[in-house]
Amino acid sequence: MFPSPAQPYTPTSRHKCAAMSHDPNLDGRSGFPLTRGSMLIAARSDDPDDRRRALSALITAYWKPVYKYIRLKWNKDVEASEDLTQQFFTDLLERDLIKNYDPRKARLRTYLRVCLDGLAANEYKASQRIKRGGGLQFLPLDFESAEGEVKQLEIPAPGSEEDFFAREWARSVFELSLERLRKECETRNRQTQFKLLELYDVDEGGKELTYEQVAHQFGIKTSDVTNYLAYARREFRKIVLEQLQQMTATDEEYRREARALLGIDPE
Amino acid sequence: MKVSDSAIARLRAAVESPDLEGSRYHLLDKLGQGGMGGVYRVEDSILGRQVAMKVVAVPDSTSSLADRLLREAQIIARLEHPGIVPVHDVGTLPDGRVFYTMKLVQGKRLDAHAAELGTIPERLRLVQKVCDAVGFAHARGVLHRDLKPQNVMVGPFGEVLVMDWGLSKIIREQEATRPSDSSPILSFVSIQDGTSHGSVLGTPGYMSPEQERGDNTAIDERSDVFSLGAILQFLARDLAHSANPVARPRALTAIIKKATAVQPSNRYQDVADLSSDLSAYLDGLPVQAYPEGVFVGIWRWVVRNRVWLLMVLAYLIMRTLLILWRSP
Repeated sequence: MFPSPAQPYTPTSRHKCAAMSHDPNLDGRSGFPLTRGSMLIAARSDDPDDRRRALSALITAYWKPVYKYIRLKWNKDVEASEDLTQQFFTDLLERDLIKNYDPRKARLRTYLRVCLDGLAANEYKASQRIKRGGGLQFLPLDFESAEGEVKQLEIPAPGSEEDFFAREWARSVFELSLERLRKECETRNRQTQFKLLELYDVDEGGKELTYEQVAHQFGIKTSDVTNYLAYARREFRKIVLEQLQQMTATDEEYRREARALLGIDPE
Repeated sequence: MKVSDSAIARLRAAVESPDLEGSRYHLLDKLGQGGMGGVYRVEDSILGRQVAMKVVAVPDSTSSLADRLLREAQIIARLEHPGIVPVHDVGTLPDGRVFYTMKLVQGKRLDAHAAELGTIPERLRLVQKVCDAVGFAHARGVLHRDLKPQNVMVGPFGEVLVMDWGLSKIIREQEATRPSDSSPILSFVSIQDGTSHGSVLGTPGYMSPEQERGDNTAIDERSDVFSLGAILQFLARDLAHSANPVARPRALTAIIKKATAVQPSNRYQDVADLSSDLSAYLDGLPVQAYPEGVFVGIWRWVVRNRVWLLMVLAYLIMRTLLILWRSP
Protein backbone atom coordinates (compact mmCIF):
# COMPACT_ATOMS: atom_id res chain seq x y z
CA MET A 1 0.00 0.00 0.00
CA PHE A 2 1.36 3.41 -0.79
CA PRO A 3 1.72 6.05 1.90
CA SER A 4 -1.50 7.17 3.44
CA PRO A 5 -2.50 8.81 6.70
CA ALA A 6 -4.33 5.62 7.61
CA GLN A 7 -1.06 3.77 7.78
CA PRO A 8 1.39 5.94 9.67
CA TYR A 9 5.02 5.09 9.26
CA THR A 10 6.95 4.45 12.48
CA PRO A 11 10.49 5.78 12.23
CA THR A 12 13.47 3.91 13.56
CA SER A 13 16.96 5.22 14.07
CA ARG A 14 18.36 3.58 10.97
CA HIS A 15 15.94 5.47 8.78
CA LYS A 16 17.20 8.92 9.69
CA CYS A 17 18.46 9.65 6.25
CA ALA A 18 16.03 11.15 3.85
CA ALA A 19 15.85 14.84 3.35
CA MET A 20 12.21 15.44 2.57
CA SER A 21 8.88 14.96 4.09
CA HIS A 22 6.21 13.18 2.16
CA ASP A 23 2.90 14.91 1.69
CA PRO A 24 0.29 12.22 2.27
CA ASN A 25 -2.25 14.16 0.27
CA LEU A 26 -0.21 13.74 -2.85
CA ASP A 27 -1.31 10.54 -4.45
CA GLY A 28 0.17 11.32 -7.81
CA ARG A 29 -2.58 13.76 -8.71
CA SER A 30 -3.24 16.45 -6.13
CA GLY A 31 -1.22 19.62 -6.18
CA PHE A 32 -0.37 19.53 -9.88
CA PRO A 33 -2.21 20.61 -12.94
CA LEU A 34 -2.93 17.63 -15.16
CA THR A 35 -0.65 18.59 -17.98
CA ARG A 36 1.95 16.60 -19.80
CA GLY A 37 5.19 16.33 -17.82
CA SER A 38 3.96 18.52 -15.01
CA MET A 39 5.62 16.34 -12.44
CA LEU A 40 8.98 16.44 -14.16
CA ILE A 41 8.78 20.17 -14.78
CA ALA A 42 7.96 20.81 -11.14
CA ALA A 43 10.68 18.39 -10.01
CA ARG A 44 13.24 20.59 -11.77
CA SER A 45 11.74 23.83 -10.51
CA ASP A 46 13.80 26.30 -8.51
CA ASP A 47 10.95 26.59 -6.04
CA PRO A 48 11.72 24.08 -3.25
CA ASP A 49 8.03 23.59 -2.47
CA ASP A 50 7.23 22.69 -6.09
CA ARG A 51 10.18 20.36 -6.19
CA ARG A 52 9.25 18.67 -2.93
CA ARG A 53 5.67 18.08 -4.03
CA ALA A 54 6.74 16.80 -7.45
CA LEU A 55 9.25 14.44 -5.97
CA SER A 56 6.65 13.21 -3.52
CA ALA A 57 4.46 12.26 -6.45
CA LEU A 58 7.41 10.61 -8.15
CA ILE A 59 8.25 8.68 -5.00
CA THR A 60 4.66 7.55 -4.65
CA ALA A 61 4.80 5.93 -8.09
CA TYR A 62 8.32 4.55 -7.92
CA TRP A 63 9.25 3.65 -4.37
CA LYS A 64 7.89 0.12 -4.46
CA PRO A 65 9.57 -0.82 -7.76
CA VAL A 66 12.80 0.70 -6.39
CA TYR A 67 12.61 -1.26 -3.14
CA LYS A 68 11.74 -4.55 -4.85
CA TYR A 69 14.49 -4.03 -7.41
CA ILE A 70 17.11 -3.50 -4.71
CA ARG A 71 15.89 -6.50 -2.73
CA LEU A 72 15.82 -8.92 -5.64
CA LYS A 73 18.22 -7.67 -8.28
CA TRP A 74 20.89 -6.55 -5.84
CA ASN A 75 20.06 -9.21 -3.27
CA LYS A 76 20.20 -6.75 -0.34
CA ASP A 77 18.64 -7.57 2.99
CA VAL A 78 15.53 -5.80 4.20
CA GLU A 79 17.37 -3.18 6.24
CA ALA A 80 19.88 -2.29 3.51
CA SER A 81 17.10 -2.17 0.91
CA GLU A 82 15.03 0.20 3.01
CA ASP A 83 18.04 2.46 3.57
CA LEU A 84 19.02 2.45 -0.09
CA THR A 85 15.45 3.21 -1.14
CA GLN A 86 15.40 6.18 1.21
CA GLN A 87 18.84 7.27 0.06
CA PHE A 88 17.91 6.95 -3.59
CA PHE A 89 15.03 9.39 -3.34
CA THR A 90 17.04 11.68 -1.10
CA ASP A 91 19.70 11.80 -3.81
CA LEU A 92 17.07 12.66 -6.37
CA LEU A 93 16.39 15.81 -4.42
CA GLU A 94 19.76 16.67 -2.90
CA ARG A 95 22.00 15.79 -5.82
CA ASP A 96 19.67 17.15 -8.49
CA LEU A 97 19.61 13.81 -10.29
CA ILE A 98 16.23 14.58 -11.76
CA LYS A 99 17.58 17.82 -13.24
CA ASN A 100 20.12 15.82 -15.22
CA TYR A 101 17.43 13.69 -16.79
CA ASP A 102 17.11 14.22 -20.55
CA PRO A 103 13.86 12.74 -21.96
CA ARG A 104 15.41 12.71 -25.45
CA LYS A 105 18.01 10.16 -24.34
CA ALA A 106 16.00 7.70 -22.28
CA ARG A 107 12.66 7.17 -20.66
CA LEU A 108 12.42 8.28 -17.02
CA ARG A 109 11.95 4.74 -15.76
CA THR A 110 15.18 3.58 -17.41
CA TYR A 111 17.05 6.62 -16.13
CA LEU A 112 15.90 5.99 -12.57
CA ARG A 113 16.86 2.33 -12.79
CA VAL A 114 20.35 3.16 -14.05
CA CYS A 115 20.78 5.71 -11.21
CA LEU A 116 19.58 3.05 -8.81
CA ASP A 117 22.12 0.55 -10.12
CA GLY A 118 24.83 3.15 -9.56
CA LEU A 119 23.71 3.72 -5.99
CA ALA A 120 23.41 0.03 -5.14
CA ALA A 121 26.81 -0.70 -6.70
CA ASN A 122 28.36 1.91 -4.40
CA GLU A 123 26.55 0.89 -1.28
CA TYR A 124 29.49 1.91 0.96
CA LYS A 125 29.41 5.51 -0.23
CA ALA A 126 25.65 5.50 0.11
CA SER A 127 25.89 4.21 3.70
CA GLN A 128 28.23 7.09 4.55
CA ARG A 129 25.69 9.56 3.25
CA ILE A 130 22.98 7.75 5.20
CA LYS A 131 25.00 8.19 8.41
CA ARG A 132 25.52 11.88 7.71
CA GLY A 133 21.84 12.37 7.15
CA GLY A 134 20.89 11.89 10.79
CA GLY A 135 18.20 14.13 12.14
CA LEU A 136 16.48 14.73 8.82
CA GLN A 137 12.87 13.87 8.25
CA PHE A 138 12.50 10.68 6.27
CA LEU A 139 9.97 9.17 3.92
CA PRO A 140 6.91 7.48 5.42
CA LEU A 141 6.99 4.39 3.23
CA ASP A 142 5.22 1.15 4.08
CA PHE A 143 8.17 -1.21 3.63
CA GLU A 144 6.40 -4.00 5.49
CA SER A 145 3.75 -4.17 2.79
CA ALA A 146 6.36 -4.03 0.02
CA GLU A 147 8.33 -6.82 1.71
CA GLY A 148 5.19 -8.97 1.70
CA GLU A 149 4.95 -8.50 -2.07
CA VAL A 150 8.65 -9.25 -2.57
CA LYS A 151 8.12 -12.76 -1.20
CA GLN A 152 5.75 -13.49 -4.09
CA LEU A 153 8.19 -12.34 -6.76
CA GLU A 154 10.93 -14.20 -8.56
CA ILE A 155 14.48 -12.90 -8.76
CA PRO A 156 14.87 -11.21 -12.16
CA ALA A 157 16.99 -13.25 -14.55
CA PRO A 158 20.14 -11.59 -15.89
CA GLY A 159 19.16 -9.33 -18.75
CA SER A 160 15.56 -9.03 -17.67
CA GLU A 161 16.08 -6.26 -15.10
CA GLU A 162 14.37 -3.69 -17.29
CA ASP A 163 11.33 -5.94 -17.73
CA PHE A 164 11.19 -6.60 -13.99
CA PHE A 165 11.38 -2.90 -13.16
CA ALA A 166 8.75 -2.10 -15.83
CA ARG A 167 6.34 -4.74 -14.50
CA GLU A 168 6.70 -3.53 -10.93
CA TRP A 169 6.24 0.05 -12.11
CA ALA A 170 3.04 -1.03 -13.92
CA ARG A 171 1.86 -2.75 -10.75
CA SER A 172 2.56 0.40 -8.76
CA VAL A 173 0.72 2.65 -11.27
CA PHE A 174 -2.29 0.32 -11.25
CA GLU A 175 -2.35 0.15 -7.44
CA LEU A 176 -2.24 3.94 -7.17
CA SER A 177 -4.91 4.33 -9.83
CA LEU A 178 -7.18 1.81 -8.14
CA GLU A 179 -6.80 3.61 -4.85
CA ARG A 180 -7.64 6.92 -6.46
CA LEU A 181 -10.63 5.39 -8.22
CA ARG A 182 -11.83 3.93 -4.94
CA LYS A 183 -11.72 7.38 -3.32
CA GLU A 184 -13.44 9.03 -6.26
CA CYS A 185 -16.18 6.39 -6.30
CA GLU A 186 -16.71 6.93 -2.57
CA THR A 187 -17.00 10.67 -3.10
CA ARG A 188 -19.54 10.18 -5.90
CA ASN A 189 -21.40 7.47 -4.01
CA ARG A 190 -20.54 4.90 -6.66
CA GLN A 191 -18.92 2.27 -4.49
CA THR A 192 -20.79 -0.52 -6.29
CA GLN A 193 -19.10 0.40 -9.55
CA PHE A 194 -15.70 0.18 -7.91
CA LYS A 195 -16.53 -3.14 -6.24
CA LEU A 196 -17.56 -4.57 -9.58
CA LEU A 197 -14.23 -3.55 -11.09
CA GLU A 198 -12.52 -5.14 -8.11
CA LEU A 199 -14.51 -8.33 -8.60
CA TYR A 200 -13.88 -8.68 -12.33
CA ASP A 201 -10.48 -7.13 -12.92
CA VAL A 202 -8.57 -7.25 -9.64
CA ASP A 203 -9.84 -10.46 -8.04
CA GLU A 204 -10.64 -13.49 -10.11
CA GLY A 205 -14.14 -13.92 -8.73
CA GLY A 206 -16.10 -12.43 -11.63
CA LYS A 207 -15.51 -15.05 -14.25
CA GLU A 208 -17.22 -17.83 -12.31
CA LEU A 209 -20.41 -15.85 -11.68
CA THR A 210 -23.25 -15.09 -14.04
CA TYR A 211 -24.45 -11.50 -14.39
CA GLU A 212 -27.64 -12.53 -12.56
CA GLN A 213 -25.64 -13.83 -9.61
CA VAL A 214 -23.50 -10.70 -9.51
CA ALA A 215 -26.58 -8.48 -9.75
CA HIS A 216 -28.19 -10.39 -6.88
CA GLN A 217 -25.00 -10.14 -4.81
CA PHE A 218 -24.80 -6.36 -5.24
CA GLY A 219 -28.54 -5.71 -5.18
CA ILE A 220 -28.66 -4.15 -8.64
CA LYS A 221 -30.42 -4.91 -11.93
CA THR A 222 -28.74 -7.44 -14.21
CA SER A 223 -28.48 -4.88 -17.00
CA ASP A 224 -26.66 -2.52 -14.63
CA VAL A 225 -23.77 -4.93 -14.11
CA THR A 226 -22.19 -4.21 -17.50
CA ASN A 227 -23.04 -0.51 -17.31
CA TYR A 228 -21.50 -0.12 -13.87
CA LEU A 229 -18.46 -2.09 -14.89
CA ALA A 230 -18.05 -0.01 -18.04
CA TYR A 231 -18.21 3.16 -15.94
CA ALA A 232 -15.58 1.91 -13.50
CA ARG A 233 -13.27 0.80 -16.31
CA ARG A 234 -13.70 4.11 -18.10
CA GLU A 235 -12.83 6.09 -14.98
CA PHE A 236 -9.94 3.76 -14.22
CA ARG A 237 -8.59 4.25 -17.74
CA LYS A 238 -8.78 8.03 -17.35
CA ILE A 239 -6.93 7.97 -14.06
CA VAL A 240 -4.18 5.67 -15.33
CA LEU A 241 -3.58 7.82 -18.40
CA GLU A 242 -3.61 11.02 -16.36
CA GLN A 243 -0.94 9.55 -14.12
CA LEU A 244 1.12 8.67 -17.16
CA GLN A 245 0.74 12.15 -18.56
CA GLN A 246 2.05 13.58 -15.34
CA MET A 247 5.03 11.26 -15.26
CA THR A 248 6.20 11.81 -18.82
CA ALA A 249 7.91 14.79 -20.35
CA THR A 250 7.02 14.51 -24.03
CA ASP A 251 4.25 13.13 -26.22
CA GLU A 252 6.64 10.52 -27.53
CA GLU A 253 7.59 9.37 -24.04
CA TYR A 254 3.93 9.32 -23.02
CA ARG A 255 3.07 6.99 -25.89
CA ARG A 256 6.07 4.78 -25.21
CA GLU A 257 5.21 4.54 -21.53
CA ALA A 258 1.55 3.89 -22.26
CA ARG A 259 2.53 1.05 -24.54
CA ALA A 260 4.91 -0.29 -21.90
CA LEU A 261 2.18 -0.07 -19.28
CA LEU A 262 -0.26 -1.88 -21.53
CA GLY A 263 2.32 -4.54 -22.34
CA ILE A 264 2.27 -3.76 -26.06
CA ASP A 265 5.47 -4.45 -27.95
CA PRO A 266 7.26 -1.32 -29.07
CA GLU A 267 6.72 -0.35 -32.68
CA MET B 1 -4.77 -2.79 -2.78
CA LYS B 2 -2.65 -5.70 -3.99
CA VAL B 3 -2.49 -6.26 -7.70
CA SER B 4 -1.41 -9.75 -8.78
CA ASP B 5 0.26 -10.59 -12.10
CA SER B 6 -3.03 -11.90 -13.49
CA ALA B 7 -4.78 -8.73 -12.30
CA ILE B 8 -2.16 -6.67 -14.18
CA ALA B 9 -3.16 -8.50 -17.37
CA ARG B 10 -6.87 -7.87 -16.75
CA LEU B 11 -6.33 -4.22 -15.86
CA ARG B 12 -4.19 -3.74 -18.95
CA ALA B 13 -7.04 -5.10 -21.04
CA ALA B 14 -9.48 -2.78 -19.23
CA VAL B 15 -7.31 0.27 -19.96
CA GLU B 16 -6.63 -0.72 -23.53
CA SER B 17 -10.22 -1.57 -24.51
CA PRO B 18 -11.83 1.19 -26.57
CA ASP B 19 -14.45 3.28 -24.83
CA LEU B 20 -17.48 2.97 -27.12
CA GLU B 21 -19.89 4.74 -24.79
CA GLY B 22 -22.28 6.88 -26.80
CA SER B 23 -21.10 5.52 -30.14
CA ARG B 24 -22.97 3.30 -32.58
CA TYR B 25 -20.68 0.38 -31.73
CA HIS B 26 -20.75 -2.28 -29.02
CA LEU B 27 -17.55 -4.04 -28.08
CA LEU B 28 -17.60 -7.82 -28.55
CA ASP B 29 -14.03 -9.10 -28.28
CA LYS B 30 -10.44 -8.47 -29.25
CA LEU B 31 -9.24 -9.97 -32.51
CA GLY B 32 -5.58 -9.06 -32.44
CA GLN B 33 -2.85 -6.59 -31.74
CA GLY B 34 -0.90 -4.71 -34.38
CA GLY B 35 1.92 -2.22 -34.30
CA MET B 36 -0.38 0.80 -34.11
CA GLY B 37 -3.10 -0.59 -31.90
CA GLY B 38 -5.65 -3.30 -31.31
CA VAL B 39 -8.27 -4.75 -33.63
CA TYR B 40 -11.64 -5.52 -32.04
CA ARG B 41 -14.82 -7.22 -33.16
CA VAL B 42 -17.64 -4.73 -32.61
CA GLU B 43 -21.30 -4.64 -33.47
CA ASP B 44 -22.63 -1.72 -35.48
CA SER B 45 -25.96 -1.12 -33.73
CA ILE B 46 -27.39 0.96 -36.57
CA LEU B 47 -26.71 -1.44 -39.41
CA GLY B 48 -26.98 -4.51 -37.21
CA ARG B 49 -23.79 -6.15 -38.39
CA GLN B 50 -20.42 -7.04 -36.98
CA VAL B 51 -17.36 -5.17 -38.20
CA ALA B 52 -13.69 -5.03 -37.24
CA MET B 53 -12.50 -1.87 -35.50
CA LYS B 54 -8.86 -0.84 -35.49
CA VAL B 55 -8.04 1.58 -32.67
CA VAL B 56 -4.77 3.26 -31.71
CA ALA B 57 -3.49 2.00 -28.38
CA VAL B 58 -3.14 5.37 -26.70
CA PRO B 59 -5.80 8.10 -26.52
CA ASP B 60 -3.93 10.90 -28.21
CA SER B 61 -5.72 12.09 -31.30
CA THR B 62 -2.99 14.61 -32.08
CA SER B 63 -0.24 12.03 -32.29
CA SER B 64 1.54 10.84 -35.40
CA LEU B 65 0.13 7.41 -34.57
CA ALA B 66 -3.41 8.75 -35.00
CA ASP B 67 -2.34 10.42 -38.25
CA ARG B 68 -0.94 7.14 -39.47
CA LEU B 69 -4.15 5.29 -38.66
CA LEU B 70 -6.24 7.88 -40.51
CA ARG B 71 -3.83 7.78 -43.39
CA GLU B 72 -4.08 3.99 -43.52
CA ALA B 73 -7.88 4.22 -43.58
CA GLN B 74 -7.78 6.77 -46.37
CA ILE B 75 -5.42 4.71 -48.47
CA ILE B 76 -7.51 1.55 -48.06
CA ALA B 77 -10.66 3.51 -48.88
CA ARG B 78 -9.16 4.42 -52.21
CA LEU B 79 -8.14 0.86 -53.03
CA GLU B 80 -11.48 -0.64 -53.92
CA HIS B 81 -10.55 -4.18 -54.88
CA PRO B 82 -11.97 -7.60 -53.93
CA GLY B 83 -8.56 -8.50 -52.48
CA ILE B 84 -8.35 -5.47 -50.19
CA VAL B 85 -10.50 -5.20 -47.09
CA PRO B 86 -12.98 -2.28 -47.41
CA VAL B 87 -13.14 0.54 -44.85
CA HIS B 88 -16.60 1.52 -43.54
CA ASP B 89 -16.10 4.32 -41.05
CA VAL B 90 -13.43 6.48 -39.43
CA GLY B 91 -13.51 8.80 -36.43
CA THR B 92 -12.52 9.50 -32.85
CA LEU B 93 -13.91 7.61 -29.86
CA PRO B 94 -15.16 9.36 -26.72
CA ASP B 95 -11.85 8.51 -25.02
CA GLY B 96 -9.93 10.42 -27.71
CA ARG B 97 -8.67 7.42 -29.63
CA VAL B 98 -8.77 7.46 -33.40
CA PHE B 99 -10.35 4.42 -35.04
CA TYR B 100 -11.59 3.04 -38.29
CA THR B 101 -13.94 0.18 -38.97
CA MET B 102 -13.62 -2.29 -41.80
CA LYS B 103 -15.24 -5.45 -43.06
CA LEU B 104 -14.97 -8.27 -40.55
CA VAL B 105 -13.05 -10.92 -42.43
CA GLN B 106 -14.04 -14.44 -41.51
CA GLY B 107 -11.17 -16.76 -42.18
CA LYS B 108 -7.62 -17.55 -41.26
CA ARG B 109 -4.32 -15.80 -41.61
CA LEU B 110 -2.18 -17.33 -44.34
CA ASP B 111 0.44 -18.51 -41.86
CA ALA B 112 -2.24 -20.51 -40.02
CA HIS B 113 -3.99 -21.58 -43.22
CA ALA B 114 -0.83 -22.82 -44.98
CA ALA B 115 -1.00 -26.26 -43.37
CA GLU B 116 -4.46 -26.77 -44.91
CA LEU B 117 -3.21 -25.98 -48.40
CA GLY B 118 -2.35 -29.11 -50.34
CA THR B 119 -0.62 -29.01 -53.67
CA ILE B 120 1.84 -26.54 -55.11
CA PRO B 121 -0.66 -25.25 -57.73
CA GLU B 122 -3.18 -24.54 -54.95
CA ARG B 123 -0.58 -22.47 -53.13
CA LEU B 124 0.56 -20.64 -56.21
CA ARG B 125 -3.01 -19.68 -57.17
CA LEU B 126 -3.39 -18.18 -53.72
CA VAL B 127 -0.21 -16.14 -54.15
CA GLN B 128 -1.52 -14.99 -57.52
CA LYS B 129 -4.59 -13.58 -55.79
CA VAL B 130 -2.31 -11.65 -53.44
CA CYS B 131 -0.38 -10.46 -56.50
CA ASP B 132 -3.64 -9.22 -58.05
CA ALA B 133 -4.45 -7.06 -55.00
CA VAL B 134 -0.90 -5.75 -54.62
CA GLY B 135 -0.64 -5.10 -58.35
CA PHE B 136 -3.86 -3.08 -58.18
CA ALA B 137 -2.44 -1.00 -55.30
CA HIS B 138 0.77 -0.41 -57.26
CA ALA B 139 -1.25 0.75 -60.22
CA ARG B 140 -2.84 3.29 -57.85
CA GLY B 141 0.58 4.41 -56.67
CA VAL B 142 0.53 2.65 -53.29
CA LEU B 143 3.18 0.31 -51.88
CA HIS B 144 2.24 -2.07 -49.06
CA ARG B 145 5.74 -2.50 -47.53
CA ASP B 146 4.73 -5.12 -44.99
CA LEU B 147 3.55 -8.11 -47.00
CA LYS B 148 3.84 -11.34 -45.04
CA PRO B 149 1.63 -14.40 -44.38
CA GLN B 150 0.31 -12.78 -41.19
CA ASN B 151 -1.12 -9.91 -43.26
CA VAL B 152 -3.01 -12.11 -45.70
CA MET B 153 -6.42 -13.49 -44.77
CA VAL B 154 -7.91 -16.49 -46.52
CA GLY B 155 -11.70 -16.74 -46.35
CA PRO B 156 -13.82 -19.90 -46.19
CA PHE B 157 -14.50 -19.78 -49.95
CA GLY B 158 -10.87 -19.25 -50.89
CA GLU B 159 -11.14 -15.48 -51.10
CA VAL B 160 -7.90 -13.71 -50.30
CA LEU B 161 -7.63 -10.31 -48.60
CA VAL B 162 -4.48 -8.28 -48.09
CA MET B 163 -4.60 -6.66 -44.64
CA ASP B 164 -2.71 -4.11 -42.55
CA TRP B 165 -1.78 -1.23 -44.80
CA GLY B 166 -0.31 0.66 -41.84
CA LEU B 167 3.15 0.88 -43.37
CA SER B 168 1.93 1.61 -46.88
CA LYS B 169 3.54 4.39 -48.84
CA ILE B 170 2.18 6.56 -51.60
CA ILE B 171 4.68 6.77 -54.42
CA ARG B 172 2.50 8.58 -56.94
CA GLU B 173 0.13 11.10 -55.36
CA GLN B 174 -1.95 11.91 -58.40
CA GLU B 175 -2.88 8.27 -58.92
CA ALA B 176 -3.61 7.49 -55.30
CA THR B 177 -5.82 10.50 -54.75
CA ARG B 178 -8.71 11.75 -56.78
CA PRO B 179 -8.66 15.46 -57.55
CA SER B 180 -12.32 15.92 -56.68
CA ASP B 181 -11.97 14.02 -53.43
CA SER B 182 -10.99 16.31 -50.56
CA SER B 183 -11.27 14.61 -47.20
CA PRO B 184 -12.72 16.61 -44.32
CA ILE B 185 -10.32 14.96 -41.91
CA LEU B 186 -6.97 15.45 -43.52
CA SER B 187 -5.41 15.28 -46.91
CA PHE B 188 -2.68 12.96 -48.03
CA VAL B 189 -0.39 15.85 -48.74
CA SER B 190 -0.49 16.96 -45.13
CA ILE B 191 0.46 13.59 -43.74
CA GLN B 192 3.96 12.38 -43.28
CA ASP B 193 4.34 8.68 -43.87
CA GLY B 194 6.86 8.45 -41.04
CA THR B 195 9.57 7.03 -43.21
CA SER B 196 12.44 9.40 -43.07
CA HIS B 197 15.67 8.08 -44.53
CA GLY B 198 17.21 5.56 -42.14
CA SER B 199 14.03 4.38 -40.43
CA VAL B 200 13.48 0.66 -40.87
CA LEU B 201 9.89 -0.39 -41.50
CA GLY B 202 8.80 -3.91 -42.29
CA THR B 203 9.15 -7.44 -40.95
CA PRO B 204 12.48 -9.26 -40.88
CA GLY B 205 12.42 -12.24 -43.21
CA TYR B 206 9.87 -10.58 -45.48
CA MET B 207 11.21 -7.06 -45.95
CA SER B 208 13.51 -6.34 -48.87
CA PRO B 209 17.23 -5.62 -48.36
CA GLU B 210 16.65 -1.94 -49.17
CA GLN B 211 14.02 -1.79 -46.39
CA GLU B 212 16.39 -3.52 -43.97
CA ARG B 213 19.03 -0.90 -44.76
CA GLY B 214 16.50 1.86 -44.10
CA ASP B 215 17.18 3.11 -47.62
CA ASN B 216 13.66 4.42 -48.09
CA THR B 217 14.47 6.30 -51.27
CA ALA B 218 15.27 2.98 -52.96
CA ILE B 219 11.93 1.40 -52.04
CA ASP B 220 9.56 0.88 -54.93
CA GLU B 221 7.24 -1.78 -56.38
CA ARG B 222 10.12 -4.24 -56.48
CA SER B 223 10.33 -4.13 -52.67
CA ASP B 224 6.82 -5.59 -52.53
CA VAL B 225 7.88 -8.11 -55.19
CA PHE B 226 10.61 -9.24 -52.79
CA SER B 227 8.03 -9.73 -50.00
CA LEU B 228 5.77 -11.69 -52.35
CA GLY B 229 8.75 -13.89 -53.21
CA ALA B 230 9.35 -14.42 -49.48
CA ILE B 231 5.70 -15.46 -49.08
CA LEU B 232 6.15 -17.92 -51.97
CA GLN B 233 9.23 -19.26 -50.24
CA PHE B 234 7.30 -19.64 -46.99
CA LEU B 235 4.57 -21.63 -48.72
CA ALA B 236 7.04 -23.81 -50.63
CA ARG B 237 9.10 -24.45 -47.48
CA ASP B 238 5.98 -25.25 -45.52
CA LEU B 239 5.03 -27.86 -48.12
CA ALA B 240 8.53 -29.37 -48.07
CA HIS B 241 8.23 -29.79 -44.29
CA SER B 242 4.69 -31.18 -44.36
CA ALA B 243 3.68 -34.79 -43.60
CA ASN B 244 3.88 -35.57 -47.32
CA PRO B 245 6.91 -33.56 -48.43
CA VAL B 246 6.98 -32.51 -52.05
CA ALA B 247 10.22 -31.72 -53.84
CA ARG B 248 10.28 -28.15 -55.11
CA PRO B 249 10.57 -28.01 -58.92
CA ARG B 250 13.57 -26.11 -60.26
CA ALA B 251 11.45 -23.63 -62.17
CA LEU B 252 9.58 -22.69 -59.00
CA THR B 253 12.86 -22.34 -57.11
CA ALA B 254 14.06 -20.04 -59.89
CA ILE B 255 10.89 -17.92 -59.61
CA ILE B 256 11.42 -17.52 -55.88
CA LYS B 257 15.10 -16.74 -56.37
CA LYS B 258 14.33 -14.08 -58.97
CA ALA B 259 11.60 -12.49 -56.85
CA THR B 260 13.87 -12.34 -53.80
CA ALA B 261 17.04 -11.19 -55.54
CA VAL B 262 19.15 -8.84 -53.43
CA GLN B 263 19.42 -6.27 -56.20
CA PRO B 264 16.03 -4.81 -57.20
CA SER B 265 17.22 -4.73 -60.82
CA ASN B 266 17.56 -8.52 -60.75
CA ARG B 267 13.99 -9.05 -59.50
CA TYR B 268 10.74 -9.07 -61.46
CA GLN B 269 10.26 -5.44 -62.34
CA ASP B 270 6.62 -5.48 -61.28
CA VAL B 271 4.05 -7.73 -59.65
CA ALA B 272 2.41 -8.49 -63.01
CA ASP B 273 5.68 -10.06 -64.23
CA LEU B 274 5.80 -12.31 -61.17
CA SER B 275 2.15 -13.26 -61.53
CA SER B 276 2.67 -13.95 -65.22
CA ASP B 277 5.57 -16.30 -64.45
CA LEU B 278 3.42 -18.10 -61.89
CA SER B 279 0.68 -18.51 -64.52
CA ALA B 280 3.23 -19.85 -66.99
CA TYR B 281 4.48 -22.31 -64.42
CA LEU B 282 0.95 -23.47 -63.63
CA ASP B 283 0.20 -23.89 -67.35
CA GLY B 284 3.37 -25.88 -67.90
CA LEU B 285 4.92 -23.14 -70.03
CA PRO B 286 8.51 -21.86 -69.85
CA VAL B 287 9.04 -19.32 -67.11
CA GLN B 288 11.02 -16.14 -67.46
CA ALA B 289 13.09 -16.94 -64.38
CA TYR B 290 14.31 -20.33 -65.59
CA PRO B 291 15.95 -20.32 -69.03
CA GLU B 292 15.84 -23.89 -70.25
CA GLY B 293 17.95 -25.79 -72.85
CA VAL B 294 16.78 -26.83 -76.34
CA PHE B 295 16.12 -30.45 -75.36
CA VAL B 296 14.19 -29.41 -72.26
CA GLY B 297 12.17 -27.08 -74.48
CA ILE B 298 11.46 -29.84 -76.96
CA TRP B 299 10.52 -32.24 -74.18
CA ARG B 300 8.17 -29.61 -72.65
CA TRP B 301 6.58 -29.15 -76.11
CA VAL B 302 6.15 -32.91 -76.42
CA VAL B 303 4.59 -33.20 -72.99
CA ARG B 304 2.23 -30.30 -73.61
CA ASN B 305 1.13 -31.70 -77.00
CA ARG B 306 1.20 -35.34 -76.04
CA VAL B 307 -2.45 -35.98 -76.91
CA TRP B 308 -2.09 -34.67 -80.43
CA LEU B 309 1.24 -36.36 -80.82
CA LEU B 310 -0.19 -39.68 -79.66
CA MET B 311 -3.06 -39.34 -82.11
CA VAL B 312 -0.68 -38.58 -84.98
CA LEU B 313 1.56 -41.44 -83.88
CA ALA B 314 -1.41 -43.80 -83.70
CA TYR B 315 -2.50 -42.66 -87.16
CA LEU B 316 0.97 -43.24 -88.57
CA ILE B 317 1.20 -46.69 -86.99
CA MET B 318 -2.23 -47.63 -88.33
CA ARG B 319 -1.31 -46.28 -91.76
CA THR B 320 1.96 -48.21 -91.74
CA LEU B 321 0.22 -51.40 -90.67
CA LEU B 322 -2.37 -50.89 -93.40
CA ILE B 323 0.31 -50.44 -96.04
CA LEU B 324 2.16 -53.49 -94.84
CA TRP B 325 -1.06 -55.54 -94.77
CA ARG B 326 -2.00 -54.56 -98.31
CA SER B 327 1.45 -55.04 -99.71
CA PRO B 328 2.01 -58.43 -101.40
